[in-house]
Amino acid sequence: MEVSTPLIKNILLLDGEGKRVAVKYFSDDWPTLNAKLAFEKSVFTKTQKTSARTEAEIGMFDGYIVVYKFVSDLHFYVSGGEDENELILATVLQGFFDAVALLLRNNVEKKTVLENLDLILLCLDELVDGGIILESDANVIASRVAMRGADADVPLSEQTISQALATAKEHLARSLLK
Amino acid sequence: MALAQPAAKKDDDREDDSEYSPFYGIEKGAVLQEARVFNDPQLDARRCAQVITKLLYLINQGETFTKIEATEVFFAVTKLFQSKDIGLRRMVYLVIKEISPSSDEVIIVTSSLMKDMNSKTDLYRANAIRVLCRITEGGLLGQIERYLKQAVVDKNPVVSSAALVSGIHLLQSNADIVKRWTNEVQEALQSKAPLVQFHALALLHQIRQNDRLAVSKLVSSLTRGTVRSPLAQCLLIRYTSQVIAESPPNLQTGDRPYYDYLEGCLRHKTEMVIFEAARAVTQLKDVTSRELTPAITVLQLFLSSSKPVLRFAAVRTLNKVAMTHPLAVTNCNIDMESLITDQNRSIATLAITTLLKTGNESSVDRLMKQITNFMSDIADEFKIVVVEAIRSLCLKFPQKYRTLMSFLSNILREEGGFEYKKAIVDSILILINEIPEAKEGGLAHLCEFIEDCEFTYLSTQILHLLGSEGPKTADPSKYIRYIYNRVILENATVRASAVSALAKFGVVVETLRPRILILLRRCLYDNDDEVRDRATLYLNLLGDGQETVQEEAQGFIFGDLGVPLANLEASLQDYEASERPFDIAAVPKDVKPQATVEKKSATSKKVGKDVSQNTTANGGLSSGPDSYEKLLNSIPEFAGFGKLFKSSPPVELTEPETEYSVNVVKHIYPGYIVFQFNCTNTIAEQLLENVAVVMEATDGDDFRFVAIKPIVSMPYGAPGQAFVTFEKPEGACSLGKFSNTLTFYVKEVDPSTGEADEEGYEDEYQLEDLEVTAADYILKTGVSNFRNTWDTLDPELECSDEYGLGARESLQEAIQAVSTILGMQPCEGTDVVPSNARSHTCLLAGQFLGGVQVLVRLSVGIDAQKQVAMKLVVRSEDRAVSSVIHEIIANA
Repeated sequence: MEVSTPLIKNILLLDGEGKRVAVKYFSDDWPTLNAKLAFEKSVFTKTQKTSARTEAEIGMFDGYIVVYKFVSDLHFYVSGGEDENELILATVLQGFFDAVALLLRNNVEKKTVLENLDLILLCLDELVDGGIILESDANVIASRVAMRGADADVPLSEQTISQALATAKEHLARSLLK
Repeated sequence: MALAQPAAKKDDDREDDSEYSPFYGIEKGAVLQEARVFNDPQLDARRCAQVITKLLYLINQGETFTKIEATEVFFAVTKLFQSKDIGLRRMVYLVIKEISPSSDEVIIVTSSLMKDMNSKTDLYRANAIRVLCRITEGGLLGQIERYLKQAVVDKNPVVSSAALVSGIHLLQSNADIVKRWTNEVQEALQSKAPLVQFHALALLHQIRQNDRLAVSKLVSSLTRGTVRSPLAQCLLIRYTSQVIAESPPNLQTGDRPYYDYLEGCLRHKTEMVIFEAARAVTQLKDVTSRELTPAITVLQLFLSSSKPVLRFAAVRTLNKVAMTHPLAVTNCNIDMESLITDQNRSIATLAITTLLKTGNESSVDRLMKQITNFMSDIADEFKIVVVEAIRSLCLKFPQKYRTLMSFLSNILREEGGFEYKKAIVDSILILINEIPEAKEGGLAHLCEFIEDCEFTYLSTQILHLLGSEGPKTADPSKYIRYIYNRVILENATVRASAVSALAKFGVVVETLRPRILILLRRCLYDNDDEVRDRATLYLNLLGDGQETVQEEAQGFIFGDLGVPLANLEASLQDYEASERPFDIAAVPKDVKPQATVEKKSATSKKVGKDVSQNTTANGGLSSGPDSYEKLLNSIPEFAGFGKLFKSSPPVELTEPETEYSVNVVKHIYPGYIVFQFNCTNTIAEQLLENVAVVMEATDGDDFRFVAIKPIVSMPYGAPGQAFVTFEKPEGACSLGKFSNTLTFYVKEVDPSTGEADEEGYEDEYQLEDLEVTAADYILKTGVSNFRNTWDTLDPELECSDEYGLGARESLQEAIQAVSTILGMQPCEGTDVVPSNARSHTCLLAGQFLGGVQVLVRLSVGIDAQKQVAMKLVVRSEDRAVSSVIHEIIANA
């Protein structure tokens, strides 16, 4: 019997039309850009009509378990293999979803996500490493993205999350808006 | 990437959200230009981070960089290590991983990263470790190993996790280095941080996964302690299941080791762990209903959860359980029924298919009513799953065919894609085949369907079926109208099929013949060649203008080719390139197991399993009948032997790991047997020449030695084939036993140069004895409808007898053993004995040498002492063949 560590195949953040906002693939199951786009399209069309706004929804598409959650014009997806524990995938989705909400101060929509794309990409990086879940607690992820505690001038205890985020945003995010 | 467009044009178009995007009009070339700011002596951290984000955006959108572009960006990025800006540093880590520099470039950043690895800032250390481990090759790892070991036990979870996860990745390429961390990893396993515990456990298990004893120790110590992290607990459950699967049950109590642990996890406080444990219990090998109950109970609770993910997970698991233990799931039926209306269609479909598996006959009607409402608003792929479930339900409860058939015909009329329609038509075809009472109704539904069918493939398939089944019905004339309508209204392919179908009616039903002839004559003016040709052919065959139809017309139109179509297709494809005339006699008659299995199976999972079982029974695909046939046809000596009847699976004649490895395949021709010895020389210092096998018949007088074909030269490791041929009376089932000796001429080989000595010596090697058994004369050919075929065989020629098989492990094993001895094909999935069954009947079909059809009904029963009794009823076209089958069993 083959025993494996829970593996995440991909994490997708698509907009209301199914276009890429941020995606991360951890598996070679989709070797080309076209294969990736085809999967995204397939998943988007099959979930488009569902309502995944209050609770995360789930489905089996093209042989993968996909859990998903929508908010405003954004669609969050986490995919795993056919035999993966569905609840583990849901935990990852929830971690991603909540961390993004924290980082964007609950202002989760395509516009703000694009304006703070750096934070979103870092969030993916702190969530899963090469398919292995690195951290699933949204608060921990958000503080790592904001490099909280890395600033030697401000002692860890004196800096709240929102301060850290504010620092991070000032440094990175607003600068994107010309 | 979209080129920049004048922004003014977009001003009134508020809907277009590219307007809001900070990346609107972004272009690779421009971004690469911008990346030059990385080289500025006075770094603007904000600006640099912004450019990195743009680069990452491009990569994320699927933009690719050329080698040169990537190298330039990478070198520029390395300059950014000069900046002390924290946010920028974090982006630098990320972009280096995304660019994944080539090995010769990596060296540029290693010193910067190594510096960060020793930084006082935990987040720098963690990130530097992840980047470094991702991009470096083995050589450098030695230098940083010391820091990595330290990092594993770092007090900050972010550092520890980074090192452990990197370790898991590195284990693939640099196992030796990672294995030296075992002590540190064990220490990390005690960490209070949940994710560190999870990563440590995953790594520790992967380090030890090839050592069963170590894994078993790990499981036994951790299942007693407290693993805090839910994810780690899930891992432990997986490892425990593995240990359970590999260890025997406790013989005294009959208990399964660690079952208590799994059961305990069913009461864990996190749903993730509860579910993992429940799933593990349902997947235990030979799980008993007592073991299943607590797991089913928690899954049942999940069914009514407000969270779709939980409902889905539970219903999917129960669906799998229902395949093997339908009774265990029936308790959940009420909860399951409420899921039919679930908003989430995946859940609803799984619920329905589970219900169809567990439902009893009385609930079918109610269930079908609920499904009918549901079918209209689900996607085609779900509909196909439902149709397949209904098909197997109908085979289970043939009495219910009316309800189910009318359901199928209703959905056939609704909108749907090809795959969906094909699934329905296939289901109706199978039902017509399996349930004789359903035939007329089914044909009528199909007739209606082709009136308005947009799929040529399905129309032709149905027309073919109408042609072969229609004439046998009580009122064949009613089909003529439907078929002739196709001739008028359809495309050429369908018209041609319709003409063939008409001709079949004309041959069989004499009263209809004059009318058919009129219709066929009209087809002579069709504008398609194929249609006209067929009409002309059939008119001649039907003896246009004559009174009687010759026997041969019937034979021609209905005659079986005598070979499975799939094999014919394969042979024709092979033939296309060759010069010699196509010989239909050379097409193998052995039915490939996949073809028959696929039709029957309701789910793809089961197909996979059955196919793999069948292929192993055949001795692997590569040595299948096709390849043997090709091999034998290529040898001129065997040209006059006629058609190859059967090739046996390889029989080993040597112990594994001996000097020479030899197995033999028996090729049966009507009047000859060819023994093919597959030999391998496993001694590097020897070259074997003139390798042959000397066979002596120690038992059986029918065999007369004909010829021997040695292997000229057999170097180390290269397999070769030697052949020995015997003649036997034409068509006879001659049994015998042979002693075998491998003879050869050995030349010593110098291993350093690989050159063989000039001189050598004769030597021989004793092989094991070989028997030619009756099973060698029986082909595994299935029949599509066992009952019909059985009834067509003369009951006078039936042979029946009873046997005691002694104590057996299970009925399954007994059936397996008997069908292997007989070498016959189990039909209709009857080779699978339901668990806990006390008796079972298995249907076997085969073809005896000379093409005599043989059918066997094999009934077995088992008592409390595991004594198995068997009743064997054989029917065949030849009484002698029936008694041979009994002889085989009696002598086995």
